[in-house]
Amino acid sequence: MIRPLISFAPLIALVVAAMSPLALPTYQVAVITYVMIAAVACLGLVLMTGVAGMVSFGHAAFVGVGAYVSGYLSSQLGCSAWIGLACAVIAAGLAAGLIGAVTVRMSGHYLALATLCFGISFYFLVGNSEMLGRFNGLTGIAPVSVAGFDLRGERAAYYLVLAVLALVIAWCRRLLSSRTGRVLRSLRTGPMIAETFGASAYSYRLMAFILAAVIGTVAGWLYAHVQRFLSPTPFGLTASIDYLFMTVIGGSGQLWGALLGAGLVTIIKHELQDLLKFVFGPTTRLELLVFAAIMIIVLQKARKGLWPFLEQMFAPHAAPGADIDPVVLPRRRAKPEHGLTVISASHLQRSFGGLVAVDDVSFDVKSGEILGVLGPNGAGKTTLFNLISGVLSRSKGELSFLGAPLSKVSARDMCRRGLSRTFQHAALVQDMTALENVAIGATHLGRCGLVHNSLGLDRVEERQLLGWSGLLLDHVGLADKAFELAGNLSLGHQRLLEIARALAADPVLLLLDEPAAGLRANEKAVLAELLARLRREGLAIVLVEHDMDFVFRLADRLMVMNFGRRIALGRPDDVRADVGVQEAYLGVAA
Amino acid sequence: MTVLLQIERFSVRYGRLLAVNNVSLEARAGEVTAVIGPNGAGKTSLVNAIMGLVPFEGSLVFPAWPGASRSIEARIRARIALVPETRDLFGPMSVLDNLRLGAFAPHREAGFDMRSRLAGIFALFPRLAERRAQRADTLSGGERQMLALGRALMLRPALLMLDEPSLGLAPMIVAEMFRIIEHLKKDGVSILLIEQNARAALRISDRAYVLENGAVHLAGSAGEIAADPRVVDAYFGGSMAAGDGRQRISGRR
Amino acid sequence: MNTDIALILLQDGLVSGAIYVLLATALVLVFSVTRVVFVPHGDLVAFTALTLSAFESGQRPGTVWIVMLAAALALSLEMIEAVRQRDHARAVLSLLRFGLVPALVVLAALFLVPKTAPLVWKMTVSAALITCLGPLIYRIVFQSIAAASPLVLLIAAIATHLGLNSIGLHVFGPEGVRTDGFSGVPLVLFGMIVTPQAAGVLASSVVVVVALYLFFRFALRGRALLAAAHNRRGAEIVGISTVTAGRTVFVFAGLAAAISGLLIGPTTTLYYDSGFILGLKGFVGAIVGGMAVYPLAAVGALLVGTVESFASFWASAYRDVIVFLLIIPVLLWRSASALAPEDGLE
Repeated sequence: MIRPLISFAPLIALVVAAMSPLALPTYQVAVITYVMIAAVACLGLVLMTGVAGMVSFGHAAFVGVGAYVSGYLSSQLGCSAWIGLACAVIAAGLAAGLIGAVTVRMSGHYLALATLCFGISFYFLVGNSEMLGRFNGLTGIAPVSVAGFDLRGERAAYYLVLAVLALVIAWCRRLLSSRTGRVLRSLRTGPMIAETFGASAYSYRLMAFILAAVIGTVAGWLYAHVQRFLSPTPFGLTASIDYLFMTVIGGSGQLWGALLGAGLVTIIKHELQDLLKFVFGPTTRLELLVFAAIMIIVLQKARKGLWPFLEQMFAPHAAPGADIDPVVLPRRRAKPEHGLTVISASHLQRSFGGLVAVDDVSFDVKSGEILGVLGPNGAGKTTLFNLISGVLSRSKGELSFLGAPLSKVSARDMCRRGLSRTFQHAALVQDMTALENVAIGATHLGRCGLVHNSLGLDRVEERQLLGWSGLLLDHVGLADKAFELAGNLSLGHQRLLEIARALAADPVLLLLDEPAAGLRANEKAVLAELLARLRREGLAIVLVEHDMDFVFRLADRLMVMNFGRRIALGRPDDVRADVGVQEAYLGVAA
Repeated sequence: MTVLLQIERFSVRYGRLLAVNNVSLEARAGEVTAVIGPNGAGKTSLVNAIMGLVPFEGSLVFPAWPGASRSIEARIRARIALVPETRDLFGPMSVLDNLRLGAFAPHREAGFDMRSRLAGIFALFPRLAERRAQRADTLSGGERQMLALGRALMLRPALLMLDEPSLGLAPMIVAEMFRIIEHLKKDGVSILLIEQNARAALRISDRAYVLENGAVHLAGSAGEIAADPRVVDAYFGGSMAAGDGRQRISGRR
Repeated sequence: MNTDIALILLQDGLVSGAIYVLLATALVLVFSVTRVVFVPHGDLVAFTALTLSAFESGQRPGTVWIVMLAAALALSLEMIEAVRQRDHARAVLSLLRFGLVPALVVLAALFLVPKTAPLVWKMTVSAALITCLGPLIYRIVFQSIAAASPLVLLIAAIATHLGLNSIGLHVFGPEGVRTDGFSGVPLVLFGMIVTPQAAGVLASSVVVVVALYLFFRFALRGRALLAAAHNRRGAEIVGISTVTAGRTVFVFAGLAAAISGLLIGPTTTLYYDSGFILGLKGFVGAIVGGMAVYPLAAVGALLVGTVESFASFWASAYRDVIVFLLIIPVLLWRSASALAPEDGLE
């Protein structure tokens, strides 16, 4: 009974919201309007902070840009609100583009501090600007007019804001469940996932930054034309902190959390002020203390925010999605013929300061072949993988892929050329479903970008991408877990999921980092069978493993590394019998 | 033989996931008790909960140390030590500092002698002595495992819990590791050994439990478990298992 | 601008910078061990000055109420936990820690500090009051969310700051204060006139920073705190509890805030809400130093102080903006060059 209720909840909420102004007094309607404006602003912050992982202390500044640009145009130049909106969005987009280009290169605290600096600077600039009315403010802003009809008054403003809020939420939902959205959602886990599968983490972070700014600007526009009077105060650091509060309290990665957080914080602040005036007298500001206490208690009880907490209580099981038809991609890459050298490395070397991690290593891998790489921890195996996959640059040596020599390549280049890989510690996006995680692997195969994804023009491509992902999930035996969150899967299943994701990129060469770690004997057998099948289909596979049994039986050739050097390369039997290998790695016969 | 650790109806939950499901086991003094099973079976959750790092349901008793189950500090005071699967060394600090910190809990007690304890550890792991001033995160995999073990031994534990000591190590080092474990047993340290490498674990243990999907599927003496056809099938499958250099190299196929 | 003025500005800058060094050190310390960006640190600094000023005018400082409220809260929380765990030892320890110690300090503040008491005594009691607040805040706000994400911890810290602000206005009122400084004859060093206050500030900063360095380098307890910062689980399994580490580091923070407040009190007028901007500048210094204490945060903080001093001379209205904007290129540089920006105290 609960489940259908939940899927219709947004619609129900919309209807209730639309009916409310008829039943509520004007004061309440106004409060809710401001809550909704704050919610719009918070949606931007959800995108930037919750989804893409960049904490911003300057969000209110972008809201301010929207308010002041449109407000100025309206009150001083008599432009219509819609022109004001267009100009505000363009201005914010440009500003965010410039600021973001610098800021998103930074990480963590640096980024947060940079946004703080910009936020404070905006506040001072506006506050000291003659033409914007300094700290006294800007007055006489016209309301929004639709088809000649002025949206004046509380109820009209309410419906305008509600419409905008509904549009923005719908748009964000659309975006986040698309190809672009999947890459954005992977950013928080780390830039490596996006880069490995062909997307520039920097570009997407910048995109999130600009989108957040634009959404904030829309909120500011609403603010200007609803309140019709502006002062810098609501766009300073305190406001930015408030938005951050609302977002985190609601559940930073959740769109609905923005609404919940905005509502809760605004209402508490309002109510507290009235309530405490009775108790403590009008001059104190102890309501802030109570507010702070409430916030702290909420954080202590619902650490991930209120929305996930409520979700956990009322809907603890992930809703099953629609059926996915498995699809084989129409534009699959032509597999190279058997026996063709896919990758060839000679005298590779990589040092880190004084330490030589990979020392004069040469080898090649042919299509339809499995090369096993053995060696103790610290032997340089993962560094070698990183050199081949474009994550690290080499200090010396030559590398060529499908006959083409590689001078300086990035992970994205290698993905496009046909290389795909897994990681030693399964780098999956924990709060995306298995299907979505696999679909990230197919990112570089899709063409639809931000515009197509937002406007819903990507139906065909999405069906293909998801169908392809579903097919691969089936190949690795995880078809029944397609809609399970990756974070809820067992370790063994996560490893299989990673392999499915790597296959989704339609590679020619597959690098697997300890794929069998964490699997039981029968699961290993299934994996071995999968890899053997892939080999038959012409894939070249390099795998690092510690399970001797697994690797000796599966690999066509073995390479053993120790202290960064290659100490053996050849057929398994030969390698096993090699004295050097025995001494260094396997252990001397008793 | 005295029972040192006794758990009954023991369960560990992570959100919705039930990692350990109604497990009962005991570890006795002077013995090596092995818990084998694949990764994802719940072995690490089990031992982390026994150490008090994560919450659990059910009964946990250390009969020889009544108050130990109250907190991690109480366990350490009772000289129960853990070498976790993730090693958890203090990377930027030196080998020497890591070892000294292993004795942080008892270092204020009367008669405590840091130098002699360090000497004992260095005698057991000469390679660590050579690298005593080096940062812990510059050590190789095998050396890191030795350091993690050495740090735990600084406590002079009565009950030592080892979580996957052979994980990720070269077969040669694995053999050395198990030799050291046997040496510790002879020295009177009681050991709870968590291992994926079933063959090597069963060879040095007295008692064993097979854990799969969070529940105990088999229990008995190590000999019984090693001979059980189901275990042979699932865990010894094939002619070669990791860490068994000797049998392999002699060429007997 | 001639050399004389430049030198004076430089000296001013270094003195402010020295205080920011203390602030930055404390912030990095708390962050490294607990991952909390301790926003309310500046508030504690301001409160110290307000407390001392109250003593100097023979009044009862409002801080007493804050400490009593916090102690009562912390004690209740602890008792509830102790009863739930049926842990007598813990109950007794909590009674001493969160009950007896704050009670003694509060009693001293209420009855043992007449207007005629020597300055040093007044300073000591002020410092004691504020130092108590450190671990109390940790217990009330941060202990139960110790494992949460840094973002949640940051929000909680901001909430704490708002709460302190609110209660600060209530108990201290909106007026600003300036405490009496060290009086005495100015010294002449390297051709510059150095006031006793400036000398005191520089000396104190150096002493505190060196003492902390020695503690963390050589004492096993200090190493243990660092270890807790590097690897929480590793620290737990050798008996360094995260709670103990957190509480210890917050005691340090409280003490550092108190000392900073005593040093900054005579140099500028402080209000109940001056803390935020102070803490922010200390934070900027810490970030410039890459969130590592030695020696870069110190340099960073000194830089902030100097820039602020010169900017103040040229365009005082825009002083803060200039400081913040100038930080951007430094941030870029730091972010690009830092392999592991949150490396901690090593």
